[in-house]
Amino acid sequence: MSSAVVSTSAAQGRPFAFDEDVAEGRPPQRVVPAISTGVFIPGTFKDARLAGVTPASRLAVRPAPEMVSSGIAEMDALTGGLPRGCLTEICGPASSGRTTLLLAALAAATRRGECCVVVDASDTLDPQSATAAGVELERLLWVRCGESSPQKCLEQLLRAADLLLESGGFGLIALDLGDLPPQTARHIPLTMWFRFRRAVEHTPTVLLAIERQSIAGSCSSLLIKLGPQGKWIKESTNSQFPAPPTHAQLLTEMEITAELVRSRLERKPVRSAEKTRFQSFNVSRFQS
Amino acid sequence: MFACIFVPNFPVAAVFRVEPELRARAVAIFEGKPPLEKVFAVNESAGRVGIAPGMTKAQAELCSELTLRPRSLLQESAAHAALLDCAQSFSPCVEDAAADTAILDLTGMESLFGALPEIACDIFRRAADLGLDVNVAVASYPDAAALAAHGISGVTVIPPGEEGESLGSLPVEVLFTGTSEDNDEQKESARLLATLERWGIRNLRALAALPEVALSERLGQEGLRLQQLARGAASRTLVPVEAPAVFEEAVELEYPIVLLEPLAFLLNRLLEQICARLASRALNTQELRLTLELESFSSFNQQSAINDQQSRPKRFHRTLRLPIPMLDAKLFLKLLQLDLNAHPPGAPILKIHLAAEPARPRSAQGGLFQPPSPEPEKLELTLARIAGLVGEARVGSLELLDTHRVEAFRMRRFMPEADSKVNRQKSSGEEQSVTALRMFRPPLRVTVTLENGELARVVCTKKKEVQGSVLWKAGPWRSSGDWWEREAWARDEWDIALQNADSVALYRLVHNLLGGGWYVEGSYD
Repeated sequence: MSSAVVSTSAAQGRPFAFDEDVAEGRPPQRVVPAISTGVFIPGTFKDARLAGVTPASRLAVRPAPEMVSSGIAEMDALTGGLPRGCLTEICGPASSGRTTLLLAALAAATRRGECCVVVDASDTLDPQSATAAGVELERLLWVRCGESSPQKCLEQLLRAADLLLESGGFGLIALDLGDLPPQTARHIPLTMWFRFRRAVEHTPTVLLAIERQSIAGSCSSLLIKLGPQGKWIKESTNSQFPAPPTHAQLLTEMEITAELVRSRLERKPVRSAEKTRFQSFNVSRFQS
Repeated sequence: MFACIFVPNFPVAAVFRVEPELRARAVAIFEGKPPLEKVFAVNESAGRVGIAPGMTKAQAELCSELTLRPRSLLQESAAHAALLDCAQSFSPCVEDAAADTAILDLTGMESLFGALPEIACDIFRRAADLGLDVNVAVASYPDAAALAAHGISGVTVIPPGEEGESLGSLPVEVLFTGTSEDNDEQKESARLLATLERWGIRNLRALAALPEVALSERLGQEGLRLQQLARGAASRTLVPVEAPAVFEEAVELEYPIVLLEPLAFLLNRLLEQICARLASRALNTQELRLTLELESFSSFNQQSAINDQQSRPKRFHRTLRLPIPMLDAKLFLKLLQLDLNAHPPGAPILKIHLAAEPARPRSAQGGLFQPPSPEPEKLELTLARIAGLVGEARVGSLELLDTHRVEAFRMRRFMPEADSKVNRQKSSGEEQSVTALRMFRPPLRVTVTLENGELARVVCTKKKEVQGSVLWKAGPWRSSGDWWEREAWARDEWDIALQNADSVALYRLVHNLLGGGWYVEGSYD
């Protein structure tokens, strides 16, 4: 007989259901406590009420998720990459580099030969930017919501994401909520994020959510906050003129700050939401 | 050795194949133009309640238990095609003896399919899978197998040399079944049958025992041929045919269907039949064509029914193209349902016709170290569901167009596997990240304030966060194109940094030189 299903019902005194019984449609049987038989099995509890409960010492350690490159070396150095089978939140205001990071991650994934999806709540993806970032468009599925009200878009996004997670086989699924107002994005119930987390668990899919503020709560394994820092616009000008004309200037770089707010990947107590590490990365303007 | 597959009561069997729930009921098939419709074929239950071929439809309708169905040549041709598919799945040498009979050469097939009784049982089972109740007979000669199939129900295997004994108990009428519809031939058959009856010849054993010379003197060469058949010793060469790869099924409805749910039940049946036929030929399909015959508007209005043009039923066509060859009736049904939900027929349905374009099965081998990719069948269903949510044109992969115009791209079907052969010669290392643009679709119309000819302030009424004083700007960059066409464009473009209430953001500002107006096209993010 296989091992008993360990669940919270043990504490409530309900009978345990065995895997084989459930599979064969038999009613669940009460486990005979080891103490009543007079035989003590090493590695089990002596207390009859805890019979069938696997001791913590015998619990299997959940393997650490595989990390894949985010496409930006500085970001990989900060977070160790993006975890497969987990939800990663990237949040920040407008012009904070969220889309740049998304496209870099998509480019890296498609270069690995993986199929990726962008579920775009506000229909904001720019194909030229994606190409310039190195995304292989043949491997990118683009789901464009955003033809109607924000609530309707949100509903479409959630249903599409649910279907895609159920379908499986994608290397990266990105939910782009970056242009939705935070009050609208907060309408997503936590149960939905929990559902997404469970759906993506034990799969090789990286689930990425782009948003203005963190909304998934404890369901996200990694929370990265992006934002501009200091004089973050770098331009190229002709130094021959003290006050060059605007057409001689060119946006070349934006300096962005990335902050690792939360990571549940390392096996240590959850850190507080204060700033933990800082890292900057530069982005250069592409020539369209 | 030869096998014969015979479908008893073929017109009724063709109807049962599409409507299997009728098997337990009394069914009569009628044909002819109203009001001169006559019963053409009946099943056993209908015969027990007194319905016989030749009765008028009005007479048959007096029986309340009886279910009447019009004769459908399309259903019969589909049943015939299914019969040939069943035969061809066991032997390449198949003779199309009649609409209800197929004879196949089993020489050498024992090594592939097992002993002859096993093959006969397999043929019986496969025909049942295709919705046909058949008789199967195996004998040393094709005509002996055909006689046994016509006369003995179920599966019959006649050992070599025992044909005469096995066929002896069959009535002589079995020799004349399956004759052509030519009147002269029918008269000749009736004359011979009457002669044999006068002689007291009731079964094949009696016919086989007649002296050959005396029989030849009285009935000529035809008499000798019949005797050879009765002895089971008539040998001939099969005339093999190659069954056309046409996979079509149809059903005509007694009452028009209005809702999609009952339509799904019927589509499921048709799809299962088509998939079973394709599977028996080891084929898949990459295209499904659905044609629905709809009730025309004039049929609601009796007065306008005089106009023949208007009273002609309208046809509704839908084509389902699949990225790869597939064979899954449930998947096809779901895809058709989603497609019909998005594109409803718009009128009650009178007739359903479904055709599948055959294709060779996909041959692909997965690798242990290949990156994950979605299963094509699941992906197709997921894409169809998402298309139902967001619209067909709003899901897929991107294709850039060869132009400098903004938003120059088109959506196309997402087929990752087909693109797996794309030559990937790009560098595998990290590429430098570039500033991404988030597009506003449609572009936001803004009011721009100029100070001393320079951009000073941008106000957008639609999106409150896209407004503020211009902190920094670069531009303009002028571009134009397509001036030789109607969709000409010309624009000036700036990159600007706007100071909002609490933050600074970068936007792309555009001045339309042809139509006028200022727009914020997107934000750098």
